[in-house]
Amino acid sequence: MIRLEKRPTPSRIWALSTPIIAVVLTMIAGGAMFAALGQDPFETIRIIFWDPLFHERFASFSRPQLLVKAGPLILIAIGLSLGFRAGIWNIGAEGQYIVGAIAGAAFGLAFYPSESPLIFPGMVIAGLIGGTLWAMIPALLKVFANTNEILVSLLLVYVAEAMLASAATGWLRNPDGQGFPGSRNLARHAGTDNPELFAGTGMHWGVLAAFVAVIAAYVLFQRHVLGYQIKLAGQAPRAARFSGVNPGRLIILCLGVSGALAGAAGLFEVSGPAGQITIDFNSGYGFTAIIVAFLGRLNPIGILFAGLLMALTYIGGELAQLLLQVPAPAIQAFQGMLLFFLLALDVLSNYRLRWAKEGVA
Amino acid sequence: MIIDPVTLIVALVTISTPVLLAALGELVVEKAGVLNLGVEGMMIMGAVCGFIVANLTGSPTLAFLAGMAGAAALSAIFAVLTQFLMSNQVATGLALTLFGLGLAALLGVGYEGQPIPDVAKPLPEMLRTIPVIGPIFLGHDLVTYIAIFAVFAIWYVLKHTRLGLIIRAVGESHDAAHALGYKVIRIRFAAILFGGAMAGLGGAFLSVVYVENWVQGMTAGAGWIALALVVFAAWKPGRVLFGAWLFGGIAALQLRLQAAEIGVPVALLDASPYLVTIIVLVIMSSDRARTALNAPAALGKTFHATG
Repeated sequence: MIRLEKRPTPSRIWALSTPIIAVVLTMIAGGAMFAALGQDPFETIRIIFWDPLFHERFASFSRPQLLVKAGPLILIAIGLSLGFRAGIWNIGAEGQYIVGAIAGAAFGLAFYPSESPLIFPGMVIAGLIGGTLWAMIPALLKVFANTNEILVSLLLVYVAEAMLASAATGWLRNPDGQGFPGSRNLARHAGTDNPELFAGTGMHWGVLAAFVAVIAAYVLFQRHVLGYQIKLAGQAPRAARFSGVNPGRLIILCLGVSGALAGAAGLFEVSGPAGQITIDFNSGYGFTAIIVAFLGRLNPIGILFAGLLMALTYIGGELAQLLLQVPAPAIQAFQGMLLFFLLALDVLSNYRLRWAKEGVA
Repeated sequence: MIIDPVTLIVALVTISTPVLLAALGELVVEKAGVLNLGVEGMMIMGAVCGFIVANLTGSPTLAFLAGMAGAAALSAIFAVLTQFLMSNQVATGLALTLFGLGLAALLGVGYEGQPIPDVAKPLPEMLRTIPVIGPIFLGHDLVTYIAIFAVFAIWYVLKHTRLGLIIRAVGESHDAAHALGYKVIRIRFAAILFGGAMAGLGGAFLSVVYVENWVQGMTAGAGWIALALVVFAAWKPGRVLFGAWLFGGIAALQLRLQAAEIGVPVALLDASPYLVTIIVLVIMSSDRARTALNAPAALGKTFHATG
């Protein structure tokens, strides 16, 4: 009979190695899932994890996609990790992402057809503000009305989606678009575009922002008192309060930063890879970023790698769809599985396994 | 613009049924001290399993059972992770929703728009044709009556039976319950499975009876609304019923207002059920003292027996 014994402090070795074990276990379980779908499991796993980077025909197209997809995931996950560490659960990043994109796009389109170089920075600021304001709703309700931020932030995603539908079909619709839904194309208009900075790399302003966010978060957690307060509030809320950490201020700050980063990610997406506001330009990055944050152990460097890995599963999933006709949702289930394995393996870093004789309590 | 109050009430009761079932299930889970944020994922699993079985077998009864079984199986993952492997309940619940949405979409590939049998109403046609009373009280589906009966059953069991006392004891203080010799993990495991089955029945009702189709992501936040209802209802079954009807009423009304094409923007109407849920949640939770009194004391805390 196995008994679990709580470790005084979580094991560092296990904390670092569980994400890797989780990925391996997900490959095995995912392989079984693909086999159940009638695919060769080894071929499918190879197409998802290997071919996007090294396939002679597809790699040239899919390699740049890695940064394109990892950028928003990392940017959002970095923001979420601040709150998750402090025990503040913003799970409505998808909504903040949408609102940031709408705010930024609206700013850019307000000055159409100007091509002034000041417009794009203005759009970024509008995106940041849009995402922040949307996140302020659950933050202020949490602080002043004690309302659960998990539920409010999540329910606001559906409100944001309704807003997106009205923007795409109504007030942001392309006036020259023959009545089709969708805004003007931002990516194909100088001044509002978020271009690829180095040809063939997939690097755009949003990816750059994601890298900056990783470094900033790293410094915050390692060197700044605020990072210490966030960690303290998550691990020992009472101790944090006694040491002078203001919980309300922390809630507003964590939700505000995560909202701002999600909003910026939305703006970079809509002015670059997505190109325009459409009813469904958002592709669930706000939710996948939750997995990225956990997979990266809420650690900035970890999130960087987790974001790249998750981006790889997106691209590999698309490739598997193309080559093997694997249904698109399979990859979503695959990503969910990864999170399960990760959470299940956490037991190893928090507890020690002991073999004990049956019946001895 | 004419909105018929009778059909509005009938629609309200039908729309509220899935949310009511899921919220009642979650209420029992939370009373046992477990916070399962995976309701949305379990509901959609119930919806897809129910729809597939309805399509394959033509039997609504089997479809509802399949919905319950599918969602309960999904909730078992949550139960193993949180109860045996002591994972964080918030994170695991979120994972359950993300995984459930993906798995359901995968299972449902090719089933969109497939035919399913009509579900017969339990009461005879004659009773349903009685004006006003007939449609409002006697014209519903069996599952709707089961849901309303479950409100009373769960209230009675939690409040007046030994089983209810044990569930509440586990939810208020798992250490005390453990010291008294109750199997905390086992009781919580069973509560989680019950919550899964209820959410699954709600999901199956949504796809097999209300929408009569499978659409990817069709629960559209109903699981989250169910979670909000539990908080809103201060963990009291009677108030869950009231909250579900309030939600159903807003949802039914906004659909009619959209059809009537009055001056209100469609986006605002689409968002109204979510906005009203948030507003009600704010009103209910702003009274700190009362919320703290009603919430199960061990809610969301991990139990690990030492010694």
